[in-house]
This record gives sequence, structure tokens and C-alpha cells, in this order.
Amino acid sequence: MPSPPSPSPSRSTPGWTGIRRGQHHRPLEVIAEKLIFAISLTAIAMVFLIFLFVGREALPIFAGRVSSAANQESKPIPVSEMDKLSPDQLRSYLNLTPSEFKEMDRETLQALMEVRVDAAKEDTTDRDALVNTVSWRYLLMPYQWTDYDTPVYVWQPVSKIHKYNIVPLIVGSLKTTLVALLFAVPVSLGAAIYVSQLARPNVKEWIKPAVEMLSAVPSVVLGAFAAIVLASALQSLFGLQYRLNAGLAGLALGISSIPIIFSIAEDSLTSVPRSFTQAALALGASRWSAAWQIVVPAAIPGLFAAIVLGFGRCIGETMVVLIASGNAASLSASLLEPTRTLTATIAAELGETVVGGHHYRMLFVLGTLLFVVTFLTNLAGDIVMHRLKKRLEGRS
Amino acid sequence: MHPRRRGYRAQDPNAIIDDAHSILMKRPQPIAGTLAALLLLATATVTAAFAGNVTVKGSDTMVILGQKWAEVYMKSHPDTKIQVTGGGSGTGFAALQNKQTDIANASRKIRAKEREQCIKAFSKNPREYAVALDGLSVYVNAANKLDSLCLEEIRDIFTGKITNWKELGGADAPIILYSRENSSGTYEFFKEHVLLGRDFAPKAQTLAGTAQVLQQVAQDPNGIGYGGAAYGSGAKHIKVAATKGGEPIDPTEESVISQKYPIWRHLFVYLNPELEKGEVKLFLDWIRSDEGQKVVKEVGYYPLPAGLRTK
Repeated sequence: MPSPPSPSPSRSTPGWTGIRRGQHHRPLEVIAEKLIFAISLTAIAMVFLIFLFVGREALPIFAGRVSSAANQESKPIPVSEMDKLSPDQLRSYLNLTPSEFKEMDRETLQALMEVRVDAAKEDTTDRDALVNTVSWRYLLMPYQWTDYDTPVYVWQPVSKIHKYNIVPLIVGSLKTTLVALLFAVPVSLGAAIYVSQLARPNVKEWIKPAVEMLSAVPSVVLGAFAAIVLASALQSLFGLQYRLNAGLAGLALGISSIPIIFSIAEDSLTSVPRSFTQAALALGASRWSAAWQIVVPAAIPGLFAAIVLGFGRCIGETMVVLIASGNAASLSASLLEPTRTLTATIAAELGETVVGGHHYRMLFVLGTLLFVVTFLTNLAGDIVMHRLKKRLEGRS
Repeated sequence: MHPRRRGYRAQDPNAIIDDAHSILMKRPQPIAGTLAALLLLATATVTAAFAGNVTVKGSDTMVILGQKWAEVYMKSHPDTKIQVTGGGSGTGFAALQNKQTDIANASRKIRAKEREQCIKAFSKNPREYAVALDGLSVYVNAANKLDSLCLEEIRDIFTGKITNWKELGGADAPIILYSRENSSGTYEFFKEHVLLGRDFAPKAQTLAGTAQVLQQVAQDPNGIGYGGAAYGSGAKHIKVAATKGGEPIDPTEESVISQKYPIWRHLFVYLNPELEKGEVKLFLDWIRSDEGQKVVKEVGYYPLPAGLRTK
């Protein structure tokens, strides 16, 4: 049978001989493909929806439409002066609508007036009560509240004056993440280089699954281990003042992020073509210098991606820091003092806030902040990775 | 035939018919049963709306207590149904104004603003009953030399004014503060009653539960924490004096009930006075009886002193 005329040179192979059979659409494959496509779309839609939800709850604060300031009310009128007021005056004083006012008897009105006097007694005379503490100035700048001697950064949302300074929380998150990365990056990159380049196969078969097993440890178990065992060990070893502190939480966080950094780094090192190493060895390089000078530079983009993902895991991890950091929202540069992170704050406080209240919305502001930070790091990481790749391939 | 199918005992067609028959014959019974139960339930809810349904809402501190009360009460009064939910004292008051609950539990007194809303809703002041006492203990490490403090000293410790045990006559060591998460009722109680509304020192570490506070204090020779009456090895309760130079009191049941021990509060219920009749009144009276107060003790709070029970 003659083949049909081909429209382009690439399709010159006759279709019916079987060579192009794989390109024919089979109904099952089409369905499977569409399904997978739909699933990947749901993932994107999920990320988008979550961001929308978090952002929507936080938006009123970003837009400055929420205020935590107390309303300033006029001085209360003593109950004995009730008869001196005209009905209209009384009605407006008690904030009643005309229909409400008509239905109330004298006794009820008297009770309402008593309440007004009590409310005035209860209202704090604190000058700070009139401050809107969820405006940016109070979220970011230090302020000298009543009872404080100096301007301070305070996070004390459950208080007469709700203090929502987010600087201690941001610093806390960065502090623990920094310690975690300082600990985890060298350890896991070293292990990855060793396992992929230097270790004998039977050693590798043991180490690799063992490190990856670490990711199977639930973070709540890891946190409890840090708070009970590791804390006591470190305290007696170094004579620390605080059992639970940023350094301890960072260490535990580091342990939890080692498997992620390790496996991505190991993958990228293994995917460097074997011929690179072989060429180096043939030219007389030692195994060590082949690994260090040839393979590692070639795998740099992958190693970088491993660190960026490790950062994302550290800053977003909640349970470990909730248990092991001590959760004190004090602003200090010391790594040996307790600290409070953004994630732990959300986890600890969200359960008891009034839905739609300013505390609730502030926690969503923290969530948005976390989202933006991880998004930006991933974006920056991606850009840097592409540049590195280009340079390695000699395209820039 | 596939050999595995044998497991279904299906080779004998008569057996299948027998099975099917028995299934078919049995089915109508459960359906009738469910229908009957539904009918019963429907009549029950209709009558309950008039008589035996009591809803209780409010303070999370009191949820366990409220549920235990309901459980024990319903055992002796099977035709009364009591529903208890939490949400916080404020939520309870809001539900009271909206007439969504018969009884509002509260671990604090009603605020003037909330009272105003209630008066607007049902033209009367809501009725208040104290139903139990709640006391807080302050713990330090067992190795701490101090065994008593006054309220003012505790306040200064937790607000960060006093930072070294030396200032209180203890060892020369910094004071390490252990507090609770601000979502807990205990945190608010301590802040309001002991710190008089002032902020905790920023260095105060916040933990998720009394057990955790106790555990950390037990391991930290310089630690101090607070929580319900709980005991753990390595930590001890401290005696508290109401004023400087006053008599330090141990937080025992007797001293809390006699209100000699200074860190205590009332737990309240509030209700619309018009609704205080029928089942609601019976339940409230029972709560404040000896039997109801026995439950208070079981749950870990302190019963009302005898003089306050009947009013």
C-alpha cells in the first residue's frame, strides 16, 4: 500500500508501519492525561485559593479598616438626673432607636442609665486606649506604653491595650531559621557529597535511607525530644540560663530540615554526568578533588535549590518551634534566649480569637507575611538558579 | 467457575435464595425500628422545646465542669436534655442576648457593655449566680529556698520588675518566668487578678498547658510558673500572702473555700430572669446543691462555701 503524501519532512515515515503508532491517541491515555492535567490544575487553584483566603481575612488591616481603639464616650449622667432630661435627650444619650425607646418602661431606662455609669467606671483611663494599635506605626515601630519605662516592641494581644508589634516575631522566625540553616546546610551538603561521590556502595546503601528516615520523625516528637532531652543536655553542658531558647529550637528545626536538603542535594550531585568524574580521574585528579572541583561546581544550581527549600521548610515549620523555642516574644539578638516565631504565634493563638476581630485578623496578617516571605525566597531562588545554570552551560 | 469464588459459599443456588430470603425478611424490622425511633425522637424534641431542653453556653474554662454537671444531672432526670458548649465567656453573653442559650457560663463578671446589651434585649438585668470557686497556684522548683511570696512580689516578678531571686531573699540567680499561652483562661485569670491587668514581662515563656509549666519548673532551678492545683515531683506550691507581711497561705481546698488564699475567682452562670422557671430553675438549684457541688470537686475546682449556696 502506498503511503499517503506527507505534509512535512518530519512526518515522512509511513504511519501504518507501526513506527508512529505511539502517536495515535488511545482513549484511555487521553483520559489519563486530562485527569493528570486536572489534578495539576487543582494544585495551582489550591495555592491560589489559600492565598485568597488568607489575604481576604488580613485585608481589612492592610487597608486600615480595622481599629482597636476604644470609642470615646461622653461623660455619664447620674441616674438621679434622669427626670431633668427630655425624652429625646435621654433617647440619644442611651443610643436607642425611637421604636426601642417607646417599648421601654421607666425601670428599664433606669437600669440602662446605671449601666452607663458602671461602664464609665470600667473604661480604662489609659491614654493608650484611644490608640489604634493595628495601624502600621504600632505594628512596626517601638512605642512607650503606659507602665513601660522605655519605648518597646511588644506583642501582647490579650491585654487591656492590645499590643501587636510584629518585629519580635519576625526576628524570632529569622533567628531560629538562621540557626537551623547554619547547622543543617553544612551537615546535609557534606553528607550529600560524601554519599554521592566518595562513599563505597554498601556504606551508601545504609547512610542514604537512614538520613531520609529522619523525615519520617513527626515534628511533634522531634519538638518534645528537643524540649525534654536536648534542652537538659545543652543546659548542663553550657550552663545556659534558659532551657528553651532560639538556639535549641533552631537546632531541632535543623534536624527536621536535614532530610530535605540532603535528598535534593544528593539528587543533583548524582545527576552530574559520570563522564565528568571519569575525565577528571583520567587526568590524574584524586577522587576528592574530582568531587570538590568538578562535580560540586557542576551541581551548584541543585545545591542552591536544596538550601532554598530548606529555608522554606524552616521558616514554615510550626510544631518544633512551638514546643522548643520557649515562645517568649522578646526582642533580642541573643540566640540563647527564648523566642517566639510567626508560625508558633498563629498556632497558639488562633484557636481562641473572636472570628473577624482584630486579633484574628492580625494572625492572618502574620500568615500573609509568611506566605509572601516564602514566595519571594522561592522566586529569588529560582532566578538565581537559572542564572547559575546558564553560566554553567556557558550561555551567558 | 473461579476457585476463589468458593469462599462466598455460592455453589448451591438454594443457599443463595435462602440467604436472600433471610435478608429480605430481616430488613423491614430495622426500618420499622428506625422509623419508630425517629417518631419518638421527633415527639421528644417537640416536647423538649416546651419542657426538658436546657442549653448552656460560654466560658471554655467551665465546659468540662458544665458537661459533667449535665451528665450527672441527666442521669437522675432522664427527661431533661442539657446541651453544653464553650466558646468563651463573651460568646456566652452574646448568646444570652440573642436568646440562643438559656444559661451563660462565665469565668468573669459580666461587663457593663454586655449588661447594657442584655437589658436592651430583655428589659431586665441578667441574673447572676456564683456556682463554683477557682484557685490558682504558683509553683517554683523544689530546690528553691523560698516558700512564700506576697501577691505584690508575684506581680513584680511576672511583670519583670524583680528579675533576681536575690531581691526576694533567695539565691543569686535570675528568675526564669513560665507563663501560659494567651489563649488560655488561666492566662487571663492570672493577668487580671494577680498582675492587675498589667502585661507579662516579654521574657516570660509561654507554654501550652499546666502540665508543661510544671515540667519546665521542675527541671529549672530558677523557674517560676502558675496553674491549677497540680502536683509534680521537682516542683512545689508556694504559699501566698495577700499583702506584704501578711500571713502566707497554702493553696489547699479549705483555704480557697474560706477565701483566705488570695488567688481565687468565682465561676458564674448568668441567665434571663424571665427564663428562671421549670427545668432551668431545677437545674440551677441542683448545681448549687450539695450534689452539684460534689461534681465541682471532682472536676478540679472548689465548691462554693455553704453560705453562698442558697440565695
